[in-house]
Amino acid sequence: MATTSRSTSTHRGHTVTASGVEVVQRRNVPAAVLTYVGVVLICLWGLLPFYWMIVTSFRDVGFTFDTTPWPTHVTLENYATAFSTDRGNHFGRALLNSVLIGAVTTVVGLVVGVFTAYALARLEFKGKFYVLGIILGASMFPGVALVTPLFQLFTNIGWINTYQALIIPNISFILPLTVYTLTAFFTEMPWELEESARMDGCTPGQAFVKVILPLAAPGIFTTAILAFTAAWNEFLLASQLGGDKVQPVTVAIASFAGAQPHQEPYTAVMAAGTIVTVPLIIMVLVFQRRIVSGLTAGGVKS
Amino acid sequence: MSTTSGVATGEFAQGKPPLNPGKRKSLHDGSGRKAAILIAPTIVLLAIVILYPVVSAVSQSFTKDAGLDPNTGLFVQGGFAGVQNYKLWLLQDCGSGAFSCPPGTLGSQFWTATGVTFLFTVVAVSLETVLGFTFALVMHRKFKGRAILRASVLVPWAIPTAVTAKLWYFIFAYDGIANKILGTDILWTGDGWAPKAAIIIADTWKTAPFMALLILAGLQVIDESVYEAAKMDGATAWQRFKHITLPLVKPALMVAVLFRTLDTLRMYDLPKILTGGAGDTSTLSMLVVDQVRTGFNAASALSTLTFLIVFAVAFIFIKFLGANVTEQRAPKTKKAA
Repeated sequence: MATTSRSTSTHRGHTVTASGVEVVQRRNVPAAVLTYVGVVLICLWGLLPFYWMIVTSFRDVGFTFDTTPWPTHVTLENYATAFSTDRGNHFGRALLNSVLIGAVTTVVGLVVGVFTAYALARLEFKGKFYVLGIILGASMFPGVALVTPLFQLFTNIGWINTYQALIIPNISFILPLTVYTLTAFFTEMPWELEESARMDGCTPGQAFVKVILPLAAPGIFTTAILAFTAAWNEFLLASQLGGDKVQPVTVAIASFAGAQPHQEPYTAVMAAGTIVTVPLIIMVLVFQRRIVSGLTAGGVKS
Repeated sequence: MSTTSGVATGEFAQGKPPLNPGKRKSLHDGSGRKAAILIAPTIVLLAIVILYPVVSAVSQSFTKDAGLDPNTGLFVQGGFAGVQNYKLWLLQDCGSGAFSCPPGTLGSQFWTATGVTFLFTVVAVSLETVLGFTFALVMHRKFKGRAILRASVLVPWAIPTAVTAKLWYFIFAYDGIANKILGTDILWTGDGWAPKAAIIIADTWKTAPFMALLILAGLQVIDESVYEAAKMDGATAWQRFKHITLPLVKPALMVAVLFRTLDTLRMYDLPKILTGGAGDTSTLSMLVVDQVRTGFNAASALSTLTFLIVFAVAFIFIKFLGANVTEQRAPKTKKAA
């Protein structure tokens, strides 16, 4: 029912002028009110639980379950607790691990992905359909099917609890994402410029580096954000193939120990969660337009 | 009709005129060899990390666990096991016939895990689709402050699943805000429907906005003049929704639903951290990981079964429900007529 009324009002609220330009009519008050109610509800949906995490992260442990909508008994102690290693937590180290794993995964995934995406977007060749199919199939693959064989393989070659054991599977997880997103960006590029560069005597390699790469920079940057977010999110393989030394934040947060066994350090976990999330949220705020276009171009969920 | 990727990138390219793909000729001769060189690194990486493990898992799933031979007392490698590892899961056969696995053992949990995995998938994806569609219709309207709206729907997407799970674990704690607001004292990580509801709610919170973005991209390709024409012909709002919006947004919608379905079928982080499998909320992926600690070969059989289930669902979607994934994403060699 809600959908019906909304779609009605959508079209009542707009007219198309003779020139085809859409103008918003100012007079349709109920429709506008309905839209804003919807907008507010959607914003609350996205932000309220996140806000609750931030509020809790500032509460004194004794007031963990307070229900005031703002923090009472404000303290920064939870942030200190999150980083403290007294209870066997290694959050600080895990944070660095995640940055390292995310950065290497993103850079390698992008370099490999750029070439493949270029070929898919620009070259005509037999079997293009199959290449796309293989890459798409890889993105649909259940990660859990890799746990057993990779665990055994990495045990045999002594890779358990090493960075490469987390980075290499991660790269293959983000490759489908980078290839799809970049292919979508590349197909929209003004390729005549490459041709003109070739006419002016550039080799194909020079034309790519001097003309195409700079033009593709925004798309590559967007893809990098998506890839880094995906790598930052990985949990399953890291929890199985990693150890204390290489543990990323996702695993560290999931296994946060409290002061006593069976005591859940909620406020410290919320502080840790806030630290892990806030950089991503800032990125989302700054680059939201690009992220949305990247997500809808790639379509692959991170 | 244009494609999802077309819209998004068109918007991104900030008004650069798209090329006509039909008229574009490849500059290079011998594209095939060049393409092979450019594509090889991706294929090699995928082969090492995905193809090799799959082949090895399938072959292991037909192998016996290594152990002491009861007759000779010597340690022996497993050898061929036939379908024994599959019988453990499918027939709950722990060695002495069907349904011989005692309750509580991993072997007895396959059908429960399959059931709950499908329950999560059907309920969560349905909720996410309906909510996502509603969100998309609101976001499709023109209003001030779109940037704020976009950023706030991206927040649940940006939070890592492990953090999402901890956040909802806190919200659903016994003394937590969920029980306070509802005036209940439900054990959300206990037994019965509550832990299942908790997982579905957390998953829906995280991914409904993502669905909304994908559906919104589909809505934005619909030409407004189609609606105007339908209106002239006297179509009601419901008729316009049913006969214009739904069919035209269907390609984008099906791809979104397919991706969400496959994601939910392989769900691990969220239930693992939120409920730890309490109240029969162990998904297939969780069962595989639990099994890895007791026996690799049986775990391989289970992961192969999980893979087959995911593959079968993807196949059904693409073959029978019209989720046209490759064409949606294919570089624009051809666009759907």
